Amino acid sequence: MADFLMPILTADMSAGTLVEWRKKPGETLRRGDIIALVETDKGLIDIEVFSPGVLERIVVAPGTTVPTGTVLAVIREERPTGAPVTAITAPPPIAPILPALQPVSPPPAHPGPLLPAEARRKISPLARKLVAELGVDPATIRGTGPGGVIRREDVERAAAARAAAPAEQPRAPLDRQTRARQAIGAAMARSKREIPHYYLATTIDMHRAMSWLAEQNQKRAVEDRLLYGVLLIKAVALALKEVPELNSLWRGSEAVRSDAVHVGVAISLRGGGLVAPAIHGTSEQDLGELMRRFRDLVQRARSGGLRSSELSDPTITVTSLGERGVESLFGIIFPPQVAIVGFGTIVERPWVVGGQIVPRPVVTATLSADHRVSDGHRGGLFLSAVGRLLQEPERL
Amino acid sequence: MTRDEIRATVLRTLGEIAPEADLSTLEPDVSFRDQLDVDSMDLLNFVIALHARLHVDIPEADYPKLATLDGCMDYLAAACVVRSDVGHA
Repeated sequence: MADFLMPILTADMSAGTLVEWRKKPGETLRRGDIIALVETDKGLIDIEVFSPGVLERIVVAPGTTVPTGTVLAVIREERPTGAPVTAITAPPPIAPILPALQPVSPPPAHPGPLLPAEARRKISPLARKLVAELGVDPATIRGTGPGGVIRREDVERAAAARAAAPAEQPRAPLDRQTRARQAIGAAMARSKREIPHYYLATTIDMHRAMSWLAEQNQKRAVEDRLLYGVLLIKAVALALKEVPELNSLWRGSEAVRSDAVHVGVAISLRGGGLVAPAIHGTSEQDLGELMRRFRDLVQRARSGGLRSSELSDPTITVTSLGERGVESLFGIIFPPQVAIVGFGTIVERPWVVGGQIVPRPVVTATLSADHRVSDGHRGGLFLSAVGRLLQEPERL
Repeated sequence: MTRDEIRATVLRTLGEIAPEADLSTLEPDVSFRDQLDVDSMDLLNFVIALHARLHVDIPEADYPKLATLDGCMDYLAAACVVRSDVGHA
């Protein structure tokens, strides 16, 4: 028997709400199956099974918020004979860092019937936040947005209607925004306290990359066009092959190199907050495939439906504030990773090429890395490899 | 396709990309980026959806022309006219 626990998906996760069980007791579980839907500060996450077996017993009922590490269910493991043990073990857990950060929220007043997952997701992030704050049961709200999406006004209307109904009991407001900020703050404070960061920056000429991209996008159908972000992500993934120690994860007291490169991409969430899910096997994908996965990931990050492995698997993170005109940024490393790469906005600057001053689009690339695992010399080689790879975009 | 139909399509598409936005207060001459907190991925999805719904080709070089509601109306109205001319030829 194995306990199935509320997972720690990201270093800043302290608790989660079990929203829905996707498997029933007695059902067979295969590795990668979605067993449950959990709401976290990062939105609704599909929780995957790591150990094959049979769902023996459900311990935590839908609607319950529990701290990470709480037993959610019991799984009867069925280890296929001859299968390597590594194939069925869960990844090393991220050390819990937020013991009892804040009281766990009470279960919702209406545990009632759950909406089908698809319908649940048709709610704008702002409305979802409001649902939590006002304590409205989403099942009671009629969505008036496009395709029946529940919008802010709908939640407010439902809350007002509920207030008018005498039988309803008021519920303590649950400030998700504050909780998320506290969690991010605690995780980043721990990172800064425990990880001896060093910081490097370099400026990369993006003339070739941007010209090549414009040419490519002229040929590509609109839905296959590339954003320059995927060139940066791919260049990082390939540069890691040259400086592999930056693609490591802490396991206990040891930093272990990861053979696979799963680049986590920082995505801002509507209404605040940040999530950095992995594009699995980043270095193996061509740019078109990488773009498709990137688009899909951004969409799911913002509307719900990230998978637990996408949150827990990144081996390094790429972050960019270029969208808002910031020229450079130095990230704070997400434990258990050992490095984070930052890209600013692409700006046109005077640049010297062959003794002539010419206008060129340039980007500032930065590296924040863990001094226990690498040093500035190796970090410098990494950034220079990223710059070199971006001079040959056709080979990315 | 009339300008009203184009406008309705643009607003519907925007509403899907920024579901929390109140589009009734949208300034027609200020960029979506500044009003709706949209990023390049959102704008790409916006263009993909307009392409699918209005059947107009939108080369990447023309994306800046779609930055505001006014810009979208001018560009898409012209593109739809051109397309129907071609259709009758």
